[in-house]
Amino acid sequence: MPQVGDGASNGDARELTKKDVTSDQEVRWCPGCGDYAILANVQSVLPKLGVPRENFVFVSGIGCAARFPYYVETYGFHSIHGRAPAIATGISTARPELSVFVVTGDGDALSIGGNHLLHAMRRNVDLTVLMFNNQIYGLTKGQYSPTSEVGKVTKSTPVGSLDHPYNPVSLALGAEATFVARSVDNERQHLADLIERAAQHRGTSFIEIYQNCNIFNDGAFDGVRGNKPNQIRLEHGTPIRFGAEGEHGVAMGANGELEVVDVAEVGEEALLVHDAHRDDPGLAFMLSRLAHTPHGPTPIGLFRQTERPVYGDEVAAQLDDAVARKGPGDLQALLRGRDTWTV
Amino acid sequence: MTTKPVERVDTVTVRFAGDSGDGMQLAGTRFTSVTTALGNDVATLPDFPAEIRAPAGSLPGVSGFQLHFADHDILTPGDSPDVLVAMNPAALKTNLGDLERGATLVLNTDAFTPQNLRKARYESDPREDGTLDGFKVHEVSITTLTIGALEGYAELGKKEKQRAKNMFALGLMSWMFSRPTEPTREWLREKFGEQPRVAEANIAAFDAGWAYGETTEAFDHAYEVAAAELPPGTYRQITGNLAISYGLVAASQQAGLPLFLGGYPITPASDVLHELSKHKNFGVRTFQGEDEIASVGAALGAAFSGHLAATVTSGPGVALKTETIGLAVAVELPLLVLNIQRGGPSTGLPTKTEQADLLQALHGRNGESPVPVIAASTPGDCFDVAIEGARMALTYRTPVFVLSDGYLANGAEPWRVPDVAALPDLRGAVRFAVAAGANGENAEHGFAPFDRDPDTLARPWAIPGTPGLEHRIGGLEKADGSGDISYDPDNHHRMTELRQAKVDRIAGDIPAAEVDRADPGARVLVVGWGSSYGPIAAAVRACRAEGLAVDQLHLRHLNPFPPNLGEVLRRYERVLVPEMNMGQLRSLLRARFLVDARGYNRVAGLPFGTGELRDAIADEVAAAEGRGEPERSLS
Repeated sequence: MPQVGDGASNGDARELTKKDVTSDQEVRWCPGCGDYAILANVQSVLPKLGVPRENFVFVSGIGCAARFPYYVETYGFHSIHGRAPAIATGISTARPELSVFVVTGDGDALSIGGNHLLHAMRRNVDLTVLMFNNQIYGLTKGQYSPTSEVGKVTKSTPVGSLDHPYNPVSLALGAEATFVARSVDNERQHLADLIERAAQHRGTSFIEIYQNCNIFNDGAFDGVRGNKPNQIRLEHGTPIRFGAEGEHGVAMGANGELEVVDVAEVGEEALLVHDAHRDDPGLAFMLSRLAHTPHGPTPIGLFRQTERPVYGDEVAAQLDDAVARKGPGDLQALLRGRDTWTV
Repeated sequence: MTTKPVERVDTVTVRFAGDSGDGMQLAGTRFTSVTTALGNDVATLPDFPAEIRAPAGSLPGVSGFQLHFADHDILTPGDSPDVLVAMNPAALKTNLGDLERGATLVLNTDAFTPQNLRKARYESDPREDGTLDGFKVHEVSITTLTIGALEGYAELGKKEKQRAKNMFALGLMSWMFSRPTEPTREWLREKFGEQPRVAEANIAAFDAGWAYGETTEAFDHAYEVAAAELPPGTYRQITGNLAISYGLVAASQQAGLPLFLGGYPITPASDVLHELSKHKNFGVRTFQGEDEIASVGAALGAAFSGHLAATVTSGPGVALKTETIGLAVAVELPLLVLNIQRGGPSTGLPTKTEQADLLQALHGRNGESPVPVIAASTPGDCFDVAIEGARMALTYRTPVFVLSDGYLANGAEPWRVPDVAALPDLRGAVRFAVAAGANGENAEHGFAPFDRDPDTLARPWAIPGTPGLEHRIGGLEKADGSGDISYDPDNHHRMTELRQAKVDRIAGDIPAAEVDRADPGARVLVVGWGSSYGPIAAAVRACRAEGLAVDQLHLRHLNPFPPNLGEVLRRYERVLVPEMNMGQLRSLLRARFLVDARGYNRVAGLPFGTGELRDAIADEVAAAEGRGEPERSLS
């Protein structure tokens, strides 16, 4: 069977630095854009992953976020609107040894490319999807996006948007993605930790990153930034508490729905202990429904991480299995087939 | 062997027609297999409805399979069947018009009930009202005889027994044309390996059909068609879709690259996806995407990753893939786009053939976006075209369109099994960049992903995993050489010219156009492309037999054209371009070479008949000799 190269590169034994993964291209996002913080964060995480630089591939679609590959000194493919997951699926399936990232925005990933994103997650392709969600279209200058809230006034909805928004985390969990998380562009350590774990996860990792577009939708996530009382930090194995003093918590209500409770009232033992590794995505889905838009108490962190066969591995295994059963293909025998005659 | 007299004939066309559930395709395919194995030359035309099961007995539900076999080399499935097996009135009604008086009809009289006659919109029984005057009609109770033959199979229900009537019909035709019977029995035993009783029942029905021909007074003699004199070699039967699949596997092996096929089910292309999915032990990865766009996207990703990448579809699928193909042009990666054309526009005629996607392949993208285009001319030629497409894609790092169509896809012909040792070696076309500057790129500022090979103008193929060649590609215009994003006006013009020059340069790397010359030299040239090769060549042959001087040229390379094409065209007084479209190649030839090419255009979902083309060519010859212009307009 033909092979491409000799598998994963062993690369340079030298430790990478942030500088090694920074390209010489001038970054051209608007001053103050949340993308800068995310870029810096990714560039700081890549050297920690133990992956040779040449084995990284960044794939993007169209949008502000999609310029990302130009700024990292790795292999990169800036493709077409919405199709990054499809192209990345081909890369990861052809070469399971590569570390493939998809960088996308809410419009790119959930609107024009919604279908491809769903199917990549369903197949559990080994991808790390960083979805920058600013709840607006930036590159096309300010139309509402599939995550914009109902009533949003934009250039294309002067009297308010009628569209019900997606909850991206719910969507990813519904597609049974095996790693689903949410973070915020300037939560440096939180985001870095999730990106690192997502990259190390085998299968589709999906991180929704709340990203501020200071031009068209400034301050959309201010309510959940930093230590704001509305931010719920999910930590595996710990009771879910939030609020300025940790005075609130999340508990399973009598009616089978999650409830926000006062810890003083119900006691800490009544709180739900977050289990990110449950195979059933149901509870993670309920957590994702606590806030449909980041205006009420909003969980960030790792919602779910489970193991499921990885698409590219399974494809390769079928090839190996076929060779084990039938031997390597014999082209002459194939062309000849079974029913021949000689003239 | 029959004990009745046997008449030797040199060519026969048989059509099986029945309900889409009657197994006509199976009977026809099987008949084709034993016929090719006998050494006859064969061409087939399966013709079936898009509906999986239209209402039984209805006109839209008729499924047909025609095969033409002969003791000499033939080029078409035949204009007009000599024998029609009609399993019901609807099959008779939809097919009778294609027959000449004198042809043989085998009618399943059991199906000629008042209800079925009504469904077929017959006001009276065609067997009784003179409709069939002049035909040799055999009325056979195929259903009753089949059920009778299966009396001993108590465990089979009446419906299951009825289902074997296609085998009865096959048995009868096998007797009529002296086909060997044992291979079909063997085939049935294998096909129903897990259900030996079902195999036996089908064999019993098949034998009953044969015996019916042998014993019934109605059939007074059988026919025999001797083996054709084909060039020496080992032969098998092949359809276009099988050949194109094998061509891709062969190209992968010859290039030393794993094959990645992205596909999405679409008629008539799906069989390529099905076939390649069987050959994982050749390192073939097949990916059934969530849609056409995902399928080509994944293929392009695989191309970036160093695989031989292909996507297979039909015209409507190409429409969806268009943006990604444009991206492939921009990023200059090898990608095969296989378009098994069908009738259009839009959903059009999914199960019928047409060659109307030529301009889509050439121009169906935004911006100046040149893509090489080649087309197959026969089912077996699909093999060679796939390899040629791979060679061009790999050598020039470009997407390449390979055009086939429904007629080639499903049509079968004998195919001389190629010797693998004689296949083109594509390894020379695969040159992964290994280091900056190693392939003639400018190493001064590190790796330059858009520096070019001076011979082919291909940019380096640097695949992920290669240290030191990290780079970014994408649809935004790139600076010549460095590959940085560039909005520089002069750079865009230069890159536009370079992309065009790269495709143009292929003209120096393909065979010159070679005319099939009449003797003496002719004033009329018939130019074709794609699957119309067979009918055009047959018509040219017919004209020459009548003493008309006509030359023929069939184009495989449609973009770029062979370098001498203009010079060849200008040698003729008149150029006729028959196409199953409204004149797509013709307008290209007129625009490019300023020749007054005339068209013969028919868009009927069916291959050309030899007769209609013969007439069109004869008209052109008459005009060249000053005997008046044909009445055809330029449409």
